[in-house]
Amino acid sequence: MWERYVAALPANVWNWVAVWRRNYLVWRKLALASILGNLAEPMSSLFGLGFGLGVMVGGVDGTSYIAFLAAGMVATSAMIAATFETIYATFARMHALRTWEAMLCTQLTLGDIILGELAWAATKSILAGTAIAIIAAMLGYAAWSSVLYALPVIALTGLAFASLAMVVTALAPSYHYFVFYQTLIVTPMLYLGGAVFPVSQLPGAFQQVAAFLPLTHSVDLIRPAMLGRPADSVGVHITALCIYAISPFFLSAALFRRRLMR
Amino acid sequence: MSRVHIDFAGVTKSYKDRIIVGGLSFTVGPGECFGLLGPNGAGKSTITRMVLGMIPPDAGKITVLGVPVPARARLARARIGVVPQFDNLDLELTVRENLLAFGRYFSMSTREVEAVIPSLLQFARLENKADARVAELSGGMKRRLTLARSLINDPQLLVMDEPTTGLDPHARHLIWERLRSLLARGKTIILTTHFMEEAERLCDRLCVIEAGRKIAEGCPRALIDEQIGCQVIEIYGGNPHELGALIRPYVQRIEVSGETLFCYAPDPEQVLVQLRGRTGLRLLQRPPNLEDVFLRLTGREMKD
Ligand SMILES: Nc1ncnc2c1ncn2[C@@H]1O[C@H](COP(=O)(O)OP(=O)(O)OP(=O)(O)O)[C@@H](O)[C@H]1O
Ligand SMILES: [Mg+2]
Repeated sequence: MWERYVAALPANVWNWVAVWRRNYLVWRKLALASILGNLAEPMSSLFGLGFGLGVMVGGVDGTSYIAFLAAGMVATSAMIAATFETIYATFARMHALRTWEAMLCTQLTLGDIILGELAWAATKSILAGTAIAIIAAMLGYAAWSSVLYALPVIALTGLAFASLAMVVTALAPSYHYFVFYQTLIVTPMLYLGGAVFPVSQLPGAFQQVAAFLPLTHSVDLIRPAMLGRPADSVGVHITALCIYAISPFFLSAALFRRRLMR
Repeated sequence: MSRVHIDFAGVTKSYKDRIIVGGLSFTVGPGECFGLLGPNGAGKSTITRMVLGMIPPDAGKITVLGVPVPARARLARARIGVVPQFDNLDLELTVRENLLAFGRYFSMSTREVEAVIPSLLQFARLENKADARVAELSGGMKRRLTLARSLINDPQLLVMDEPTTGLDPHARHLIWERLRSLLARGKTIILTTHFMEEAERLCDRLCVIEAGRKIAEGCPRALIDEQIGCQVIEIYGGNPHELGALIRPYVQRIEVSGETLFCYAPDPEQVLVQLRGRTGLRLLQRPPNLEDVFLRLTGREMKD
C-alpha cells in the first residue's frame, strides 16, 4: 500500500512543468476573456465597497478604507482564482475531459499531474492578485514597490488555496458538491480573514478561529506590504501558508489514487 | 530486453464482490499482435488498464517490458503507446498542439517533439489538418490523431482498446494498414476489438474473454479449425426453432443468434436438400470464420 502511494507521488522535480504548459497552451486561446473574468469580481467589490462603505467608515487602522480593502482584495482574489480554477477547471480535466487519463498513459505520475495543476492554479492567482495590486498602485492606494513584495505571498496564497481545493476536488462526486465548499468555507473566510474589516472587530471566539485561517495569514502579509508598514510575525504566517500548501497536496494524492487507480 | 513483453500470471481483480478479471494468465512476445476478444463488459478495458498499471490487481503478477507492474509501471509506460477506448484529445488545441503537449508529458523538449511531428502527421494522413482544432475533426481523424499521438515516444509496445470502433470502413481499413506497418517495424501490439475481421486479419494470437475469464486462446486459424472445422450455412427468414428441428439430424451443431440460424455442417449438401422448396428463406453457405468461434464460445447454443 505504502509503496503504491509513493509511486503515485511526483517522479521528479520537473515533470509537473509539462502539465503546467498544457494548461497554459489551452488558456492562451481564451486569455483575454479569462483575465477579464478573473478581474471583474474583485474589482467591483473593491470599488463598490471601497467607495460606498469608505464614505461611511472613514479610515481604518490609520489609512483610508479603500486602501485597507485593496490589500484584502489582493489576497481574496488570489484565493478565489486558485479555488475556482481547482474545483471547476481541474475537476473538468480530471473527470469529463479525460485530460488526466491521457496524462496517466505517459510517464507522468498522479503526483506530477497534481503538482502541475497546483502550479497552474497558483499562476492564475498571481495574475488575478497582481492585477488588483497594480490597479491599487495606479490609483495611489499602494506603493509600486509593494506589488513586488506582495508577489511571492500572492503565489503562496494561490498554492495554499489550490492545494486545499484539490482535496475537495478529489472527494467531490460531481460539480454540485462544490457549492458547499464555496458557501461554507470560502465565503465565510472572506469575512473572518480580515480582508474586508479588521479581525479585531470580530467577537473573541471568532478571532481565535481567524488566527488559523489561511486567508488571515495571507492578508497579514500582503496588507503591511501594500501599506508600506513593517509586518509582524512574518515567519509564522509564511510557515502557516506553507503547511496549508503542502499537507493537502499529500492528502489529495492519496485520495486521487484511491479514486482513479483502483 | 526480456523475451516476453507482457506477462500476466494468475491475475485477479474484483470490485465489491464481483469478479471482473478471474485468474487470468497470458503472455505476449516481442513483435506479436495479441487480440483480446469478448462481449461488452467482459473485462477487456480493465485488462488493458492493468497493463498500464492504472488498476492494481488483487492477486497475481504482471510484468510489462521487463518491469513489475504496477510497482514500476512508470518505467514501462515510458516505452508504451496507448490508444484508449474513448478519445481523450484536447479539443481546444490544434492537431499539432495536441502532439506537442503530449510529447512534453514524456519529457521531450519542444524541439524534439517538433522534429517528429511531420512524420507522425504523415503516418496518420493528417498533414493538411495540422493547424485545425481537434474539435473540428471527424471521428476517424480523431482516432488517427490518437494513433499518431500514441507513437510520439517511439514505443516498443502499443496498447489499443478498440482502435477502430465507430469508424467507417475506409477509416478502418486505413488504420488496419497502419497497424500492419507498425508490426512490420517490429512493434508489439495488444488490442481489444469487437470486429472479428480485424482480429482475424491482424492478430497472431488471440484470447477470448468472458466475465473476466479466458475461455479460448490461440492463433485465429487454429481456433477456427478447432472450434468449428466445417462449412457454415446461415439461414434467415424462417422460424429458427422450426427450421432447427428439421435440419438437426444433418448437422454437427446449430446456433441461433437473433433471427439467424447458424448450421455447422460437415456435409452442407444434405442440409440444402432438406430446405429445398421452402420459400422466403435466404441461405448463405461459407467457410467458417472467427465470428463463428466467438458466437460459439460466448453465445447461447440452441439446446433442444
Ligand atoms: N471502477 C469500477 N467499479 C466497479 N465496476 C467496474 C469498474 N470498472 C469496470 N467495472 C466493471 O467491470 C466490468 C468490465 O468492464 P470493462 O470496461 O473492462 O469491459 P470491456 O470488456 O472493456 O467492455 P466493452 O466491450 O463494453 O468496452 C464491467 O461490468 C464494468 O461494469
Ligand atoms: Mg472496453
